[in-house]
Amino acid sequence: MPAMLRTLAQRLGLMSDTFPGGIHPEEHKLSAGLPIEMNALAPIHILPMKQHIGEACSPLVSVGDRVLRGQKIAKAEGYLSVPVHAPTSGTVVKIEEHAIAHPSGMGMPSIFIESDGDDAADASLQPLTDWINCDPTMLRERARVCGLAGLGGAVFPTFIKLVKDQRYPIDTVILNGIECEPFLTNDHALMQAHADEIVVGLAMLRHMVGATAALIAIEENKPEAIAALQQAVADAAMDQVQVVVLPVRYPQGSEKQLIYSLTGKEVPAGKLPMHVGVLCQNVGTTKALHDAILLGRPLTERIVTVSGDALPTPANLCVRLGTPMRSLLERQGLKSMEGVELIHGGPMMGERLRHPDIPVVKSTNGILALSHGFMSAAHSVEQPCIRCGHCSEACPVSLVPNLLADQCRADQFDKAESYNLFDCIECGCCSYVCPSNIPLVHYFRYGKGQLALQRREQAFAEASRQRSESRMARIEREKAEKAARRSRVRKAHAPAASDAKTADAKVAADTKPATGTDSKEHS
Amino acid sequence: MSNLLYGLLSLGAFALLAGLILAIAQKLFRIEGDPMADKIDALLPQTQCGQCGFPGCKPYATAVAGGEADVNHCVPGGEKTMLQIADLMGVEPKALEEEAAAPRIAFVREDECIGCTLCIKACPVDAIVGAPKQYHTVIVDHCTGCELCIEPCPVDCIDMLTKPELIEHWSWPLPDTKRSQLAHQRRGQHAGHA
Repeated sequence: MPAMLRTLAQRLGLMSDTFPGGIHPEEHKLSAGLPIEMNALAPIHILPMKQHIGEACSPLVSVGDRVLRGQKIAKAEGYLSVPVHAPTSGTVVKIEEHAIAHPSGMGMPSIFIESDGDDAADASLQPLTDWINCDPTMLRERARVCGLAGLGGAVFPTFIKLVKDQRYPIDTVILNGIECEPFLTNDHALMQAHADEIVVGLAMLRHMVGATAALIAIEENKPEAIAALQQAVADAAMDQVQVVVLPVRYPQGSEKQLIYSLTGKEVPAGKLPMHVGVLCQNVGTTKALHDAILLGRPLTERIVTVSGDALPTPANLCVRLGTPMRSLLERQGLKSMEGVELIHGGPMMGERLRHPDIPVVKSTNGILALSHGFMSAAHSVEQPCIRCGHCSEACPVSLVPNLLADQCRADQFDKAESYNLFDCIECGCCSYVCPSNIPLVHYFRYGKGQLALQRREQAFAEASRQRSESRMARIEREKAEKAARRSRVRKAHAPAASDAKTADAKVAADTKPATGTDSKEHS
Repeated sequence: MSNLLYGLLSLGAFALLAGLILAIAQKLFRIEGDPMADKIDALLPQTQCGQCGFPGCKPYATAVAGGEADVNHCVPGGEKTMLQIADLMGVEPKALEEEAAAPRIAFVREDECIGCTLCIKACPVDAIVGAPKQYHTVIVDHCTGCELCIEPCPVDCIDMLTKPELIEHWSWPLPDTKRSQLAHQRRGQHAGHA
């Protein structure tokens, strides 16, 4: 019923048919429409032990081991984790900490593989050509074993979403080909080149979660991709699959915003799309799922957009995971790093890199080389808030960013939390529109971090108190037991009393203190 | 005269009744323990280090609640905890006497450990495992860095190491803009004057 009301409202022009807020930044899609180029094997591949959201992996190989392409070199630890595979054949030369694309600039234990140039593949995983008759749980296990994580940038372990849950039946599968970040064109290139594989992957997804309907969402600035996917869907003769063309709007590629744009369903805070009967997958992940099931190929390569105004020749490259970013930038003609800012991901949500010797990982959808002049507009002096309200209008989650920023700046984190700080998706729309150049998202990240720290400290203090209290109780108990034992021994060794009456009195006197401490301990 | 007597009697009866109600209420709604001490205890970092001069966090909290100790003795809690306790107690904040050191954790050099179990007995939060004549080791996640195990060790095989920084626990610093720095400075001054 609400969906019907919504459609009615849209027909009458009372409601726009996209999510609230959002912006339309300059697109800068320099590499749009360019084909995918294969990047040559790097001499050394560096594989960080964590390339997904969740727990880090632990290495399975040691220095000197020979590995094959697709061989598992690190095993997943815990539930929210996926393994890491060797991107090419070669030798493990060292396992040590190396810089990763993280705003802290901290390192992560990484496996270094020197490639031997043969690129011999590990053939232990059998292709599941008969996947349509396979049990969904078996396909799910394949997605996990192949190390699949969301390639849109969030790198959430894919297998977790691919579940048939009786409580939350999934009716719609959404393929996310939105790619709303400026500069990035990797999904665009992928959809153009691999539309058929993506459609097969979509059929696999539908089979795995038992959904009937499917939507492929693409923004209207990618006409070639739309045509390619429409053709592929028509060729595969799949029913109930629709290619939906959406107007360009940032952050439409964000899962919850996209689901709202397409279905009108709102995913509640702290819930997953599964809870409203939707599965949302990035097109890149869908192609990787196709490769994992139909070709038995673990995730060892991805498409990366190398772009930016400081880069002579932007391109879409198919890159093995672990390739140092410096080699990609040099390949595209970047002569010197002087005066160049490097961004991992898109310009809205990506992180700044401190130096270029960082490997490509599963989350690397783009590497941008931007000139200082381009960046300085985004880093001018913070001015006082003039309460224009642009940030609230732009917020896709309908928060009040200027208020939240004030609270975070004043360390009033509890208040910020009550104004739903944790619903912020850090899309950067508010910072983008702010005429006073307030780094709003930066304040929110600070606030979220401080709140997390407070919670950790509280939890640790609580656990320490409990341990301390149980230790005290134990000491008391041991003391009481010792006293009781001593009195028993004394009683046994006491000279046989001639008078029964005095002995009785003695027992009563001996047992009294022991019971006394007992009751104290229980209280 | 009878009016006066009447008034005195009725007032007396009323006072008696009120006293009775209060006596019953005291029995019925009696609160076990000291709620103020519990509130203060909740603010303390629970390191159980004894640097305040009391054998643990709870005894210090009880002493502060009873007015026997000042609010500024918790060293690991630092200024933040002192201000919170002062706010709760409604007393003037007092400057800390000792600056808190960076959080550290104990580490047993196992090659030198003789397995005497003295450190195990000293640990206030049971964060050391081991058995007689077996190596002992510190559970990193449980150690509060109280240093109470250092002194009893007969062979001095316990080091205090800086806590390793985890990438998962890293958080964004305050934005490096003049306005945010100014706002923080101003608040620091306010806290000092309060």
